[in-house]
Amino acid sequence: MGLKLDKIRLKIDGQEVEVEKGATVLEAAKAAGIYIPTLCYDEDLEPYGGCRLCVVEIEKMRGLPIACTTPATDGMVVHTSTPAVDAVRRTSLELLLARHPSDCLICNRRKPVIGEEQCSPYDVCLRSVAVTDRCVTCPANERCELQDVIDYLGITELRLPRDTERVPVDVSNPFFDFDRNRCILCARCVRACNEITGVGAIDLAYRGYSARVATFGDKQLLESICRSCGECVVHCPVGALAPKETHRPEREVKTTCPYCGVGCQMYLGIKDGKIIAIRGDKDNDVNRGRLCVKGRFGVGEYVTHPERLTSPLMNRNGEFVEASWDEALDEVARRFSRYNLDEVAVVSSAKCTNEENYILQKFSRAVLGTQNVDHCARL
Amino acid sequence: MAGLVTTFGSGAMTNSIGDIGDARCILIIGTNTTEAHPVIGWEIRKAARRGTRLIVANPRWIQLVREADLWLQHRPGTDVALLMGMCRVIVEEGLLDADFVAERCENFDAFKNSLEGFDLDFVERTTGVPRGQIVEAARMYAGNSPAAIFYAMGITQHSHGTDNVMATANLAMLTGNVGQPGSGVNPLRGQNNVQGACDVGALPNVYPGYQPVADPAIKDKFEQAWACSLSAQPGLTITEIFDAAYRGQIKALYVMGENPVLSEPEAKHAEEALQKLELLVVQDVFLTETARLADVILPGVTFAEKDGTFTNTERRVQLVRQAIEPVGNSKPDWWIIGQIAQRMGGKGFDLTGPSAIMDEIAQLTPAYGGISYRRLEEGGLQWPCPTEEHPGTPRLHTMLFSRGKGHFVPLEYRPPAELADDDYPLILTTGRSLFHFHTGTMSRKVRGLNVFQNEELVEMNPKDAAILGIADGDMVRVVSRRGAVVARACLTDASPAGMVFMTFHFAESPTNQLTNPALDPVAKIPEYKVTAVRIEKNGQMVAMTER
Ligand code: SF4
Ligand code: SF4
Ligand code: FES
Repeated sequence: MGLKLDKIRLKIDGQEVEVEKGATVLEAAKAAGIYIPTLCYDEDLEPYGGCRLCVVEIEKMRGLPIACTTPATDGMVVHTSTPAVDAVRRTSLELLLARHPSDCLICNRRKPVIGEEQCSPYDVCLRSVAVTDRCVTCPANERCELQDVIDYLGITELRLPRDTERVPVDVSNPFFDFDRNRCILCARCVRACNEITGVGAIDLAYRGYSARVATFGDKQLLESICRSCGECVVHCPVGALAPKETHRPEREVKTTCPYCGVGCQMYLGIKDGKIIAIRGDKDNDVNRGRLCVKGRFGVGEYVTHPERLTSPLMNRNGEFVEASWDEALDEVARRFSRYNLDEVAVVSSAKCTNEENYILQKFSRAVLGTQNVDHCARL
Repeated sequence: MAGLVTTFGSGAMTNSIGDIGDARCILIIGTNTTEAHPVIGWEIRKAARRGTRLIVANPRWIQLVREADLWLQHRPGTDVALLMGMCRVIVEEGLLDADFVAERCENFDAFKNSLEGFDLDFVERTTGVPRGQIVEAARMYAGNSPAAIFYAMGITQHSHGTDNVMATANLAMLTGNVGQPGSGVNPLRGQNNVQGACDVGALPNVYPGYQPVADPAIKDKFEQAWACSLSAQPGLTITEIFDAAYRGQIKALYVMGENPVLSEPEAKHAEEALQKLELLVVQDVFLTETARLADVILPGVTFAEKDGTFTNTERRVQLVRQAIEPVGNSKPDWWIIGQIAQRMGGKGFDLTGPSAIMDEIAQLTPAYGGISYRRLEEGGLQWPCPTEEHPGTPRLHTMLFSRGKGHFVPLEYRPPAELADDDYPLILTTGRSLFHFHTGTMSRKVRGLNVFQNEELVEMNPKDAAILGIADGDMVRVVSRRGAVVARACLTDASPAGMVFMTFHFAESPTNQLTNPALDPVAKIPEYKVTAVRIEKNGQMVAMTER
């Protein structure tokens, strides 16, 4: 009984939905598997209510409330798709598309029906769309929330002329680019930077038509207070903020960040035997998806760096020469056997795993016979 | 760590990262959290923005000062005075949790007597913090329970680091801030697996699970388990190992994955010690400054090429999974050691892999008793986790302290081993940058991280720089009693006058050639945080008479 009190029931598109008190209409719909188009909504961020794509009709409520900020109440009756709702969504979207590359978005070759051919980066564009404006060259292609919304609304033509004036791309950050030509001003990056990291490096600046996401003083990202964590990139729904490395992994492996003692959980994205992408794991109590600059961008390159040691080396008269494992291991074993226990010592490592530290201290104590084993914990 | 063992009975972080939002007050001392432990730093910042009172005690301006209700800018090395001063205010104003002190702690009277030595005039003079702020901090911390303390190397890396830690523990016990969510004393570990390396016995005085080497029953236990005979004599700590090598007493050294040439204090001495060895074997992934001195180098693999576990700063054991094949002819470190051990006749080294090694750890280490790879597949486990059924322990000391009663420790203030004087008028303190890690072996290999910082910077206050005639970006020589290092000056108000700051990430400017090997007598941690230096421009020494 007590549990029931915290639950509310409502009806969305004729479907009965039960959710916890405090949920929004959008969350209730998601829980029931009903799609409502959104762009500024992000489950990691506070509700914002900026894009107006999530408008719905609610019986006994005036106007068209937005689902992402309206709390669900008991007995509510919600319609997610009506002519009035669709008209508002269409208008909001068209205004937005007047400032975003849109030719591909409404092209039938982007998402062809059966029998038609799909556009690829090497195809000649039939509509003479500039290469920088094409969906197939955008890093977000096929995982773009704007594409999802267009497909949902079935938009195939635009009534407003497009503003094609280009602004320069900010490529100053070594790990990601900021192409404002693709920005839809949903402010998810701004809110991620502020709510998740608290850095506040970027904000919505200027009004109306000149509105843009900018750093303090409109400087390049590298010259700003940005800490390069990439949380803004992760939360961008389109391809405006995107990693410089645009390849997509073939598979992912969950592991623990090798840098600091926080121990963030992450997925390494692998392609051709290399780590090419890293994302935070959301389902754990340590970092809940978040990563700092070292974890997100500072791993792949050192792991397969050309300066990695790839063979045992033995010092012969001041020169390092390559040796086989058997030669090197025999030499180490033979030479260590010559010393007694107070002449030897072992330095273990706080960068190595528990298992390796365990085995090394066991080796030190049980084989070398010495308790002289320590690591750089104190440093 | 030794400090928390004395007072609480366990040296680890008492609470969890997930607890941070529950705190009504957070005191951070000796940690630049947003730089060294970024995700925890964000969590603290978020709590502060939601109304948690935040007290930052740090001589330098750090990012979290922006969110702080109070910034105590105490002089380096005066932490004991500051914390005991706060304790004194709490006792005098009756803000203590008398029930908690009476029921769960011991030795309060001796501690209380030692507060005599910390009247606020003395504390103000020693720390440089106005007494009003000390009173305010004491009231804020005691008046907003649960309150949590976080500290890092800024507390431990002092010649009196153990005292510093015990002072934080005294403060927490005095106000009953141990055992509930959002409270506790939380040391943040520097490297990713410091906690784990300690847990599994990479320490000269304890076996896995902090079981003392000197205890005959424990010695028996491990002799049986490992089928060998063991020495009952605790071994040498790392700094003692280098001293012994320097004297020629240690002749052969095995180094796995560390770069002491850059990380040891008075690094020249460490380097010379390594050169005197008859045999140096280094196991690492790169040709580090230390590996260059080796007789044999064995190529290990990175975390991405092997399975294993790391234990994070909140005692959470988590899986590391192999993602790619070992690069070239490199091998996992556990395999290499097993091979050498077998060649030397060691028993129990026919290893099948990390999962089986964890099973052996679990058998011998009570706190890890219930940990296995099968369980870790489902997610990390926080020790103590003694049995298969045990869910792990997010919070320590909830009913009893690990040692039974919380032990108050009377303290007295002792100044840092080295003070500024006419020849060395500035205090150097070392720390970390967000963009690099430890001695830079990994992070310096990442081009993008070098874009943010690719050389050592000597952060100094513009006032000091003006006296010395140094401009932003000038190359300067930083000279201590032990050595000299060249680096670029960076003028910033973050460094108070009289103090300079450097990291130790850059082999080109090996900061630890300057630092003082003066050790804390208990924890044997060197005093990285207080080194007297002078700064020279163009090789000429400038007297800082105006100071
Ligand atoms: S990288 Fe991080 S700090 Fe920089 S703008 Fe993005 S969210 Fe903010
Ligand atoms: S991602 Fe950053 S905060 Fe997280 S463990 Fe790695 S270095 Fe630490
Ligand atoms: S998603 Fe609701 S207004 Fe943008």
